[in-house]
Amino acid sequence: MSAVAPGAADGRRSRGGLAWRSRLARHGTLIALVALLLVNVLFTPNFLHLQTLFVNISQVATIAIVAVGMTLVIATGGIDLSVGAVMALAGALAPPIFGSDFAVAHPALGLVAAIGLPLLVAMACGAFNGVMISVLRVQPIIATLILFISGRGIAQVLTNGNLQTFSNPAFSYLGTGRVFGLPFQGWLALGIAAAAFWVVTRTIHGRHLLAVGGNERAAELSGVPVRRVKIGVYMVCAFLSGIAGLVVVAINSASDAARNGQLMELDAIAAAVVGGALLQGGRAPVFGALLGAVIIQLVKYTLLANGIEDEVALIAKAAIIVAAVALQQGRRE
Amino acid sequence: MSASTTPGPGTGPGGFDLDLRSALRGSGQTVGVFVALVALITFGVLRYENFGGAYNIASFLNYNAMFILISIGMCLVIITGGIDLSVGSVAAFSSVCAAYLSPYGIQVALPGGVLAGVAFGAINAFVILVLRVPPFIATLATLLGAKGGSLVLSGAETIAVDWGSNFTKLGMEKAFDTVPWSILICAVVAVGAWVMLERTSLGRTLLAIGGGEEASVLMGLRVGRAKAFAYLFSGGCAGLAGVFLASGFGAGQPLEGVGWELSAIASVVVGGTLLTGGLGSITATVLGALLLGLVFNILNFENGLGTISLSAYWQQVIRGGFLFLVILLQMHVARRRLPRRSPLREDTDP
Repeated sequence: MSAVAPGAADGRRSRGGLAWRSRLARHGTLIALVALLLVNVLFTPNFLHLQTLFVNISQVATIAIVAVGMTLVIATGGIDLSVGAVMALAGALAPPIFGSDFAVAHPALGLVAAIGLPLLVAMACGAFNGVMISVLRVQPIIATLILFISGRGIAQVLTNGNLQTFSNPAFSYLGTGRVFGLPFQGWLALGIAAAAFWVVTRTIHGRHLLAVGGNERAAELSGVPVRRVKIGVYMVCAFLSGIAGLVVVAINSASDAARNGQLMELDAIAAAVVGGALLQGGRAPVFGALLGAVIIQLVKYTLLANGIEDEVALIAKAAIIVAAVALQQGRRE
Repeated sequence: MSASTTPGPGTGPGGFDLDLRSALRGSGQTVGVFVALVALITFGVLRYENFGGAYNIASFLNYNAMFILISIGMCLVIITGGIDLSVGSVAAFSSVCAAYLSPYGIQVALPGGVLAGVAFGAINAFVILVLRVPPFIATLATLLGAKGGSLVLSGAETIAVDWGSNFTKLGMEKAFDTVPWSILICAVVAVGAWVMLERTSLGRTLLAIGGGEEASVLMGLRVGRAKAFAYLFSGGCAGLAGVFLASGFGAGQPLEGVGWELSAIASVVVGGTLLTGGLGSITATVLGALLLGLVFNILNFENGLGTISLSAYWQQVIRGGFLFLVILLQMHVARRRLPRRSPLREDTDP
């Protein structure tokens, strides 16, 4: 796709410009983070409050969890548009399960089922994506488009489009609990990122993942189980989306299939890209995705806290995505 | 895609075609879509009383004119191997623009709305060609930007059009008392796009780019210009669809257009256009859009009969299921005819 353009364009660009661009790209994420924090400290009222930290952590966690999954998928050269829909589906399934008679009779088992079953369904969605992509060889955009369209619809059909409210302290711990004074889901996101980092850097699965993204044909020829890796990575991404969906439901003590995970695919892709993931695959900067999620969240928060409308925040997000990818193109050369 | 052969001119009727691939699958698919369309229409006419009535036909075409337009634009973009996810929110943006311009009459509001769409197409082209951002990401960003833009512009409210001017004629009245204006204009755009794709060097260049961009550059084709044209055209089509939206429903609607890009992509895929580019047909895309619209038209009638009762939520499920079905069918057809290539096969980036 972009094999032609670099040569043609680079000849004209000066060396100085290139170096500047690549330097900015390499440290851009950190520079952006520092700049955002500075702006907030200077201009946003009450930014240096513990409450602000809690709000941001609890909101960034879901983006970060999904972004880690998205980073792994992007590392294989794919993309997963269905994450938001899977969130809605998993989130819609949980309340009926722990609200059922069985769960009321056996609270512990009910809780396990309320978390486990939605995650299994989420993984089934991931398996569907993975099989479409690796076995039927459908482009990832199109394959995940199917669930992107219908997944949320299924969730709404299941719940009749109703908002399901509930009161279940044990389940709500997912979204409202505190560990060492910080929101539980923040630790969860950190733990997930650490686990993903370990898998990517220290295990054979991580090597396989990067090999598939780097050069699929070469990976296949050298004995990497490409199909299994791809199906696996989409299942992991869907699993993480399912967790994020449950967390959102737990935060709100209500499940709204129409809103849960809406536009999450954009946030997650943006976070992954800002964090340094290459859309062509071959790189899985897991902690970069975490950083990217923090930046996306901070931008949102900055604009909101300073009274700028949500709509303008959309435009800002669009600009960030384009800038991050445009800089990335510079880094690749 | 293999860069060794420049794909043939596509699949339109009468297209002189030496490329085995497109000859086999492209025209086969067009025929297949056409047969499915005829079968569905026959089914509908036999089963429902008012299905073949003038009112249903006119309102069906009137409503689907918007989707046919954006599908045509999408088809050209996809032929070059790109994608345009921004069409839905660009249409919403231009519907707001057109509603604001409606007091000045159709002669101002129509070009104004189209120009708004073209402007977003220009942004897409700039980001993709100059900043070299992948089309998927670039147009995703434009989707967000246009959505934010239309919400800011309209204050997140629907903007009523001026009923006193001639603006609403476009979406609600008939040209020469026979065909609704929107359908007539849509047909003109479709024929224009077909001629451009099948009969001009620009069309050949678009197909060649999708077949192998590197080879096209080496052949001295003006790749950048042709790609820019595709995105501008797609933006213009989305803009025109937005004008129809405002005119047909009497209001500029900043929140409309969600999921339109999916309908358009589905139509293009149903029409047999390769998502990896290099092959595609306007005729088949229009047929694909009609087929998709017809499925929902029939579901509405079935709902009306009371045999089934499908909530609005089912629409999404069915739309997704339909896309799934089409992909499976394409796979099947492709595998039987050409074992090594399937139409939606993932492009292995060099």
